[in-house]
Amino acid sequence: MNFSYQVTKEDFSSAGDASSNFKRTLKKIGIPSNIIRKIAIAMYEAEINMVIHADGGVIEAEVLPEQVVVRLIDKGPGIEDIDLAMKEGFSTATDEIRNLGFGAGMGLPNMKRNSDFLKVNSVVGEGTTVEIIVNLV
Amino acid sequence: MLLSDVAKVLDANVFACGDKLYREVVSACGSDLMSDVLAFSDCKEKAVLLTGLLNQQVIRTAEMMDFKAVIFVRGKTPTEEIREMANEREIVVFNTEHSLFSACGLLYSNGLKGDIHK
Repeated sequence: MNFSYQVTKEDFSSAGDASSNFKRTLKKIGIPSNIIRKIAIAMYEAEINMVIHADGGVIEAEVLPEQVVVRLIDKGPGIEDIDLAMKEGFSTATDEIRNLGFGAGMGLPNMKRNSDFLKVNSVVGEGTTVEIIVNLV
Repeated sequence: MLLSDVAKVLDANVFACGDKLYREVVSACGSDLMSDVLAFSDCKEKAVLLTGLLNQQVIRTAEMMDFKAVIFVRGKTPTEEIREMANEREIVVFNTEHSLFSACGLLYSNGLKGDIHK
């Protein structure tokens, strides 16, 4: 089963809509709640990043018999140093974003913690693709 | 502890899902930083979130974490948008005049456990 969601640029109030919708879909399909939580947290972190740092983008999600794959594709500024971005506490978020309760530099590490496979491809000036895979078995 | 007991202990007002105070909770997480709630909280089901942050992403965070209730401390009053979002997601919303520290302390001394950092 395939699902696709659009994420709007700088629309912080609706940030998380896609993750919320996909979470409900996974519940309807009958995926166990502990696995749904992992997918939802990782996807939500990535979706928030997409709103904060990129100009929005597209999320493609796929439910396979043995895993759930979520790909977040944006055409934002890209990540200069992925290893640095993966470090807990590193963040380039603005004070405005921090005042909203985000931008603590925990997003990418937390995506990794909640996924079984995380791949980040980024080209500065072109955009970033984040692939999150969570195993179902 | 039932959510109705949580309301009594904190002298809290209910703003969403007042018909779900029969729910039982066993643990709590207190933070104004949703990034940390998402990253560090090991509270799973049957948990409440206490925060002084007031925006819609608090409800989103609670939704992703499967929290049963959100408690806004320091007398912060949730907006209509927050209440609506919580009602749709069946998340109970309270507010209390207590500070984050005092509210957490009251719930802890009444039996709620803290989260264990991973």
